[in-house]
Amino acid sequence: MIKVIKPGLQTTVQDEGRIGYYEIGMPPSGAMDKFAFRVANLLVGNNPNAAVLEITYLGPVLEFGRKMKISLTGGEIPPRINGQPVAMWTTLEVQEGDQLSFDFVKSGARVYLAVEGGIDVPLVMGSRSTYTLIGIGGFEGRALKEGDVLHTADMSEKQVPLGTSIDPQLIPVYSKHHEIRVVMGLCSYRLTEESKETFLKTEWTVTPEANRTGYRHKGERLTFVEREQPFGAGSNPSNVTDLGYPIGSIQVPDGVEPIVLMHDAVTGGGYATIATVISADLDKMAQVKTNDKVRFVSVSLQDALAARREVQQKLNQIKESI
Amino acid sequence: MKETSPMQTRYEYGGDEFVFVQLSEAMSLEANFKGMAITRKLKEKNWEGILDICPSNASYLVRYDPDVIEPEKLVAELKQLENEVKNLDDIVITSRLVDVPVYFEDPWTHEALMRFRDRHQDPNSTDLEYSARINGYSSKEAFIQAITEAPFIVSMIGFVPGLPWCFQMVPREKQIEVPKYVRPRTFTPERAFGFGGAFAVIYPVQGAGGYQLFGIAPAPIYQKEQTLADFKDSIVFPRQGDIFRYRSIDADEYQAIREQVENGTFVYRKKEIQFTPGEVLADLEGFAEEALRRLYHD
Repeated sequence: MIKVIKPGLQTTVQDEGRIGYYEIGMPPSGAMDKFAFRVANLLVGNNPNAAVLEITYLGPVLEFGRKMKISLTGGEIPPRINGQPVAMWTTLEVQEGDQLSFDFVKSGARVYLAVEGGIDVPLVMGSRSTYTLIGIGGFEGRALKEGDVLHTADMSEKQVPLGTSIDPQLIPVYSKHHEIRVVMGLCSYRLTEESKETFLKTEWTVTPEANRTGYRHKGERLTFVEREQPFGAGSNPSNVTDLGYPIGSIQVPDGVEPIVLMHDAVTGGGYATIATVISADLDKMAQVKTNDKVRFVSVSLQDALAARREVQQKLNQIKESI
Repeated sequence: MKETSPMQTRYEYGGDEFVFVQLSEAMSLEANFKGMAITRKLKEKNWEGILDICPSNASYLVRYDPDVIEPEKLVAELKQLENEVKNLDDIVITSRLVDVPVYFEDPWTHEALMRFRDRHQDPNSTDLEYSARINGYSSKEAFIQAITEAPFIVSMIGFVPGLPWCFQMVPREKQIEVPKYVRPRTFTPERAFGFGGAFAVIYPVQGAGGYQLFGIAPAPIYQKEQTLADFKDSIVFPRQGDIFRYRSIDADEYQAIREQVENGTFVYRKKEIQFTPGEVLADLEGFAEEALRRLYHD
C-alpha cells in the first residue's frame, strides 16, 4: 500500500501504453520516457509492462504501508527517503511508514517510480496507463490526489539484490539544450524550401504549453507554399484535408509555434505535419521542460533505425547486468 | 471552383514507426473509398508487426514495429495493395447504415455559440444562419433539409476517441462548405453537432472546438461506462465507413431519446449494407434514396 500525502504537480500511473486503438482516436498514453520506465522496472525485477508512477517537475510525497523494493529513474529530481537523499537508477528498499519526497528539479522533467510488483490498477483496453482527457486508465482516470491509496500488483518476475545499480555511462544526461532528431516528410512539401531550412536552423524555446499531449515551441515564423487550397482542406495555408498524426509528428498551425505531439495527443486533424521525432528521441523530448532550447536535426530513416537499435542495445546491456 | 486535383499518392515515413500515405490532397468520396479498400485489405492480411491501421479522409496512417517488419518492405506491400484496388468497381464494402437523430437549433449549443460571437466570422448571425447564407440557401430550413436529405459517410475517426468526420454523399456542387471559427471556442457541449470545412462531426465529449454549431445529438457516440447495447464491444460507436443519416428531430423526441439513453434502453436504428464504390459514385442520388429506403422501410 502506498499513500499519497502530497500529489506533486502531475503524478500518473503509466505502462508501455494502450497500443492498437489509434483508429478510434485513442492515443496510446504510456510512459513518456520509455527508456527510464523500462530501467525502473528492470531494477525491481518487474514484468516489462508493469505500471509505474510518472512524476512531473514537482515530486509528490508518498508513504509506504509496508516493506518493498523501489527504484527511481529519469530526470534528476533528487529523491529523499525520510529526508535522507537516496540514489536514483538503483534498487532501493523502503520500510513500513517510510516517506518518499523530492527536491526541486535539477535536470530533466520526469521521474519514474517503480515498485516491486507494479502499481495495481485495472487494465483498460489492455493497458494501465492514465489518459486524463477522457478519464480512463490509471488511478480513476486521473492524476493522483492527496489521500489516494495505491496498491501493488503481482507482476514481479525476478529478485533483484538491494543496491543494484546500472553503469553510470548508460545513464542519460539531460541539459537545457536539446538536439532532437527528426525524419523530415509527411506534409513537409507544404513548407517553402527556405522555411524547411529555418525550421532546422532555429534554436526553439519550449513554451509553457509542454505536457503529455505535446510540446509547443517559440522561434521563427514558417511559411507555406502558396496554393489554391484543395477542396476539404480549410482556408489557412497550414491546413490540409484532415489526416492522421503520427506520435512525435510536428505541426505548425498558421506557421507559428511548432508543436511536437506526444503520447496523449490528438490522433488526427487538419494541420500539415512536417517532420516526425524519431522513436529514440521521444524519450529525450519527455525530459525537455519549459524554457529549454530545442534544435531539430534532420536524419534519414536509416539513422533513425540505427538510433533505435542503439537504445535497444543499451537496454539489453542493463538487463544483462541486473 | 477548380476540379478536384488529380489523385497522386505520396508515401511518407513518419519517423521509424509510422508510414503515412496521402492518396489525394483534396477530399473526395473516391479518395476515401480507395483508402477504405486498401486499409481493409491490409487488415485482412493480419501481418505481424502492424500495430495500427488508421484510414482517414483522403489518406491513411500505419503504425508498425520496425523490429518485426522492415519499413521499405512495408511500403512496397502498401504500393502493391494500392495497385490491387485500382478498379473501384471490384471492391465490395460492407458497412452500416445508421439513423442519427439531431436536434437542430437546440438551447444548449445556442447558448454555447452565443458566448463566443466575438470569435465568429459573423457575430450578428447564428452559426446556422451564417452557414446557410454563405452556401446559397434561402433559409435555415432549406439548409437543414440539405443536410438531412442525403447520407454522410464516416470518412475518418480521430482527434479524440470516437469523433466521426462525416462527408456527405452528394455531388461536388452540392457539397456544403463552411469555415471554422476565426478563433476556436474554449467550450463545446458534449454531443454537439458541428460542421467545419466539408465535414460534419459530433463532439464525443465536452471541450474546445472550432466547428460551426448547428445542433445536438441526443444519443452518445462515446460511452466509457459501456452500458448501452451499441457500446458493448467498444467505448466508441462510429466505425470508419459507416453511413450516417442525420435526421432532424424536435424537442419532444430529443427528451424521449435522452430518457432511453438514461435508462439504458437506447439502441441506434441501423442496417447492414453492401455496395461497390463504383456504383455509388455513378449514381449518388440513387444510392441515397436506396439507403434511406433500406434504413427506414425494409
